[in-house]
Amino acid sequence: MIVVDQVSKYYGAHRAVTDLSFEIAAGECVGFLGLNGAGKSTTLRLLACLSLPTSGSIRIRGLDVVEHPHEIRKLIGYLPDTPPLYGEMTVDEYLTHAGALRGLSGADLDKRRTRVLDQCSLRDVAGAMISTLSHGYRQRVGIAQAIIHGPALVILDEPIQGLDPVQIVEMRKLIGELRGEHTILLSTHILTEIERTCDRILMMHHGRIAAVGTEQDLEARLRGAQKLELTVRGEASALRAALAAVSGASEVALSPEGESAAGLVRATVRIESADVAESISRAVVTAGLGLCALQPVRSGLESVFIELSGSAAPTSIPPAAPAAQVQA
Amino acid sequence: MRNVGIIVRRELAGYFRTPSGYLIAAATLLVQGLMFNTRALGTGEKLSSQVLQDFLRDSSGTTTVAAVLLAMRLFAEERQAGTIVLLYTSPVREAQIVIGKFLSAFIVLSIITLLSLYLPALIFVNGKVSIGHIAGGYAGLLCVGAATLALGVLGSALARTQLVAGVIAAVLIFVLFLTWQLSRVVEPPFGTFIAHLSLYEKHFFPFMRGLIQLSDVVYYAGVVYLALLAATRVVQHQRWQ
Repeated sequence: MIVVDQVSKYYGAHRAVTDLSFEIAAGECVGFLGLNGAGKSTTLRLLACLSLPTSGSIRIRGLDVVEHPHEIRKLIGYLPDTPPLYGEMTVDEYLTHAGALRGLSGADLDKRRTRVLDQCSLRDVAGAMISTLSHGYRQRVGIAQAIIHGPALVILDEPIQGLDPVQIVEMRKLIGELRGEHTILLSTHILTEIERTCDRILMMHHGRIAAVGTEQDLEARLRGAQKLELTVRGEASALRAALAAVSGASEVALSPEGESAAGLVRATVRIESADVAESISRAVVTAGLGLCALQPVRSGLESVFIELSGSAAPTSIPPAAPAAQVQA
Repeated sequence: MRNVGIIVRRELAGYFRTPSGYLIAAATLLVQGLMFNTRALGTGEKLSSQVLQDFLRDSSGTTTVAAVLLAMRLFAEERQAGTIVLLYTSPVREAQIVIGKFLSAFIVLSIITLLSLYLPALIFVNGKVSIGHIAGGYAGLLCVGAATLALGVLGSALARTQLVAGVIAAVLIFVLFLTWQLSRVVEPPFGTFIAHLSLYEKHFFPFMRGLIQLSDVVYYAGVVYLALLAATRVVQHQRWQ
């Protein structure tokens, strides 16, 4: 569907993106993740025929974006970070206008408009002036204009920016419904969003691709060896002694609090393979300790992101807790 | 043509669903009415045809101002609001975008111009002028309006803000306005050539007398064509920024 080969983009002397190369298959939902200024929006603008690459080539369905922009624009629906909405039009009129610009007319246009009004849950506000809509509804109208012509490729730049937790959940649901019907590229700097929405993640940093893959791929790349977390009833010294005797277990770290009031001790152990978990559970039980919990430690996308983006401090990552709470 | 029509409809909505179109129309008609009473009619006796010529001369100025006000929002406002992205990511040619925007503003300008027809009609209360003279004069106003509107479209395509768009258009129009004065201090044949570029004295004054000359119509058509061609090139360039 999309082949990007050695693409760089400079604005004067400023390098926005460098040597981008990646491929995206039809039907995939790919998330562009990165801090502000990482090059996500520039990459999406290049794909949307809104910016000329300084070097390299971009092909969408075999068509070069520089040589065939007019044909490619027919294949694309694009939502910029600020939805391109005319406040003095109603939602219905605006979608009619957007559809007509993309070549729809007559019954086809009516049918598609009705469809996207339903898909984006806009039927209740179809007759409302866009200037009176809330931010969440405006974002939906922005997505509706991007998909009204049934494009093969939908590009969404920061689709959840500025939405409240409830709206984020609704937007996630909407994007989920679009998957399969379209190839979707979306950018965000909110980690939990990309974990929940996308098949594959393209992590960008300083205008370069820092990593590509699924969430699991990226975690595996970072951690090398796996970790287990144990919660045990008993003495910390006995637990340390039991774990020391297990072959394949290393770097035992007891929780800083040591033994809790309830007699529980928490420890983290690095293991060489998944089989070691069985040996650990046997050693703990043999030592007369009560094994309350044994679970793998997931490093999480946030850790991967921080690791791969090098200098980025954890505090610079926007908190994702509200969305997670609502989801729960 | 279909895409041009779509853009014209959208732009007309932009003029008539916001105060801008009504404000420009009201201000233009108010100033035209005041100028008709104070300058064209005046206090002394005048020939009816002279009253009409004075009115048309003043109206060329108000039409020019209205054209700049109507045109300056066309691209600059969309760029400021971010709505230009909808057009730029749609399979619409740059020339269609420019022509659609120009035509929409020209329709509004024509409506405003034709709404002022009651003023020359007042001449018939105490005088007499030929309908042909009025028709010729209004054809000239529409020609001046189209030319200045096209220069306004170019200004709007070049500028990031509406204010700058208006300033660019005003400068372009003022340069063409001054060519008549410049032609008088430059030796022929350059002086003669420069005189032919004059937006008002050389090409509009015949319309004021009720004369529709092909050379004048071609001149205004040429200004419109060149300005819109330049605007199209600007939009082509900006679309890839």
